Amino acid sequence: MSFLDAGIEFAFSFDQLYDRLQSMPAPIRLRELIRTIRTARTQAEEREMIQKECAAIRSSFREEDHTYRCRNVAKLLYMHMLGYPAHFGQLECLKLIASQKFTDKRIGYLGAMLLLDERQDVHLLMTNCIKNDLNHSTQYVQGLALCTLGCMGSAEMCRDLAGEVEKLLKTSNSYLRKKAALCAVHVIRKVPELMEMFLPATKNLLSEKNHGVLHTSVVLLTEMCERSPDMLAHFRKNEKLVPQLVRILKNLIMSGYSPEHDVSGISDPFLQVRILRLLRILGRNDDDSSEAMNDILAQVATNTETSKNVGNAILYETVLTIMDIKSESGLRVLAINILGRFLLNNDKNIRYVALTSLLKTVQTDHNAVQRHRSTIVDCLKDLDVSIKRRAMELSFALVNGNNIRGMMKELLHFLDSCDPEFKADCASGIFLAAEKYAPSKRWHIDTIMRVLTTAGSYVRDDCVPNLIQLITNSVEIHSYTVQRLYKALLDDISQQPLVQVSSWCIGEYGDLLVSGQCEEEEPIQVTEDEVLDVLEGLLASNLSSPVTRGYALTAVMKLSTRFSSVNRIKKVVSVYGSSIDVELQQRAVEYNALFKKYDHMRSALLERMPIMEKTATNGPTEMVQTNGEAEPSGLESKHPPSITQPASQANDLLDLLGGNDVAPVIQTTPAAKPASAGGELLDLLGDLSLSGDPAPQVPVSQPSFLLDGVSSQPLFNDVAAGIPPMTAYNKNGLKIEFTFERSNTNPNIAIITIHASNHTETEMTNFVFQAAVPKTFQLQLLSPSSNVIPALNQGAVTQVIKILNPQKHQLRMRIKLTYTHKGSPLQDLAEVNSFPPQSWQ
Amino acid sequence: MKMRFLLLFSRQGKLRLQKWFTPLVERERKKVVRDMTLMVLGRPPRSCNFLHWKDLKVVYKRYASLYFCCGLDDKDNELLALEVLHRYVELLDKYFGNVCELDIIFNFEKAYFILDEFLMGGEVQETSKVTVAKSIEASDMLQETMEEYMSKPAF
Repeated sequence: MSFLDAGIEFAFSFDQLYDRLQSMPAPIRLRELIRTIRTARTQAEEREMIQKECAAIRSSFREEDHTYRCRNVAKLLYMHMLGYPAHFGQLECLKLIASQKFTDKRIGYLGAMLLLDERQDVHLLMTNCIKNDLNHSTQYVQGLALCTLGCMGSAEMCRDLAGEVEKLLKTSNSYLRKKAALCAVHVIRKVPELMEMFLPATKNLLSEKNHGVLHTSVVLLTEMCERSPDMLAHFRKNEKLVPQLVRILKNLIMSGYSPEHDVSGISDPFLQVRILRLLRILGRNDDDSSEAMNDILAQVATNTETSKNVGNAILYETVLTIMDIKSESGLRVLAINILGRFLLNNDKNIRYVALTSLLKTVQTDHNAVQRHRSTIVDCLKDLDVSIKRRAMELSFALVNGNNIRGMMKELLHFLDSCDPEFKADCASGIFLAAEKYAPSKRWHIDTIMRVLTTAGSYVRDDCVPNLIQLITNSVEIHSYTVQRLYKALLDDISQQPLVQVSSWCIGEYGDLLVSGQCEEEEPIQVTEDEVLDVLEGLLASNLSSPVTRGYALTAVMKLSTRFSSVNRIKKVVSVYGSSIDVELQQRAVEYNALFKKYDHMRSALLERMPIMEKTATNGPTEMVQTNGEAEPSGLESKHPPSITQPASQANDLLDLLGGNDVAPVIQTTPAAKPASAGGELLDLLGDLSLSGDPAPQVPVSQPSFLLDGVSSQPLFNDVAAGIPPMTAYNKNGLKIEFTFERSNTNPNIAIITIHASNHTETEMTNFVFQAAVPKTFQLQLLSPSSNVIPALNQGAVTQVIKILNPQKHQLRMRIKLTYTHKGSPLQDLAEVNSFPPQSWQ
Repeated sequence: MKMRFLLLFSRQGKLRLQKWFTPLVERERKKVVRDMTLMVLGRPPRSCNFLHWKDLKVVYKRYASLYFCCGLDDKDNELLALEVLHRYVELLDKYFGNVCELDIIFNFEKAYFILDEFLMGGEVQETSKVTVAKSIEASDMLQETMEEYMSKPAF
């Protein structure tokens, strides 16, 4: 029979007599209640029993019955653990704490820790009791008080009682001292300002022999050093903590078998690990301390038994410490090798821990970790999900130019067989790695194709524009690419990213596809009709998403300039002119219009996409405004590939204006052409920039901007009576004049029309006008009327610039002009500053 | 090694002990218990003993029909946490003699008292098994002694 029951039994026998004089039966004993509740066969039955007992307990509490209070609260705690409410027992716990009986106090403090939390005011009532108990004559009562304070003391309680704790920290009673140390840790966590107060008491803590006190002292010192750099410095220099810790650790390792603290042949592993942790904090960023602990770390690393978990726990902590302090390189290599050995351990936990640690060190000690690459790759095949994930992350971190082919084989194999939860991350990782280290364009395309065909539906949406850009730039293998993508389409049209990329390619390079030529592999024979069948199939299929259908329709349209079966294409396009899908319908209508009214522009509009530059920093997330629309007035540009591609490579003027060796590739054709007022561009204009705003601007969403003024209404509103025109540039026979208007629909928009005229005797061809404005502005360049400026002022090229100036800053602009004159290409940069105030105020 | 909580629950998900080292309201505690139970009981048989949950590491180990589950800070040593759980089981075993789940059910308050001599505020308080056992024994004795001394009859 337990002691609790013994005490209660004793009281009970007298109470039986007492009760015969009363009418109330004694409340049932705790174990009895537990037994009864466990016999309940259903939840409902249990609930009934509990409710009955709770009612009895409640009346007992109301009667202020102190004899059975302890028993009742104990029962209440049991019921609370089963999930039933027990808040009505909170005050009773306080009464038990205030009682003189040890049994009462024990249950009372337990109840307080379970039922109370510091957010309720009730718990503050404990403060006085705890204070008294901290000064009790019996150490076990003091222990109860320290324990409760150290587990759940609120900030106020800690403030009130810190002095008592500090006193107990200096006692010679090791039982109390160790508890006081941990209680002090809690106080510091709750009220960091009180840290100073405990400093004197820490003076001789480490000269204790008692392991309990040693351990808790190390915890206290760790807490203080972690929280306060001043403390840290103090302990390093004044207290010479490092040598003391080294000495203690050495004793633990060298001393013989101590049965009291032994765990599988290792002496007090808990203390060893805590010391290693404190050494880590002391040695971080400090050469002297790091040097002082080098030897002991090497000793622990080489001498610790690795057959059981406990030894590995110590080694793990040692490795973490070595990697974090300023250790010499030999020691670091030792540490990584330990992790490498962990990887080969049979124990899953050890392997997991090794992978996690290697992931942390791979940046700083890349070469050392590379040596274990094959083991890490093997972990990809592990059965455990957590290990697989870590291994995958680490594998990606280890990919470099030298091992890309081998690693990619393994990673693709992993992608084939891994769980769906990994596929998205793995696919993205593969794309990133391939982009950085691809040994050849063909290999890159092949890898991407492999990912799209095996994990196509898990690929992230932003991969599609990235891939399209990559394909466009791999000029020499266009026919190979389109052929492979076409074949993939024939197999499977369910994976949307694959279908989208394929449709886009077929639209662009359909002519290569049917030409029957292919550089890299055996060309396939495809007819135009077969290709159109496939695309029409996509349009009709239920598997295709609306976005995919858009791609397919655009591809069909593009083929009208590449194939000869234009009539068929016209038919397809007109059919979708009455599609229920609004997006599709709009496209079809616009393409129809292209056939009917603007046929002369069609070939120019639908010609091949130019090579797109992509900056490293700007990913597909940056939105960029396009230059001009794909179709002339009234129609909005509706090619998602062409819009998102400019978005994805931020074809910024910086590359071009910065005078790179890369010749400007972008022509101002009427086709969709990106020329941005993006972030990098404005860096160039640092001196022009008026706001100090370093963040890249967020462009106004295109549709609303485009719609400003681009509608069936007249483009400009002649509100601008009175803004004088100006000459922006006049050199070498090229003169550019600006005329101004203010938009009626948006007062922050100024509309500038440039008139470029040429008074030399030869015409200027391939004329491209580009402009950049400071960060607070946004700029949109519409299509020029032409890119040939006739000689002798016989005509001007006009182009419209729209400037959004919400902050009403003074307008300044930098322009770049490229043209061919008398056979030679010319370019020039100029700044335009003297804008009339009415154009920007 | 700052433990946030320690839970003991059975294979059917019944809670047998809950020790909280951070202030949480009742509702939050219930949620944590529910999440832990679901996650741990749902693990495939031969997985490693470590999990990630929110920003915490969760370390769990099964002893017979009871799961011992604790939540740690992200920077803590998981392998040592396994040793801590093991040490607690050893202490229970010493006290009850071949401890089983029933012992914990019927003597839950003892399990808490033992825990409070081993851990405090989420940290290990005493690394010697013998010392912990002695403290518990002495406290139990005190209960009896004080009872005899203080528990005078009401009349």
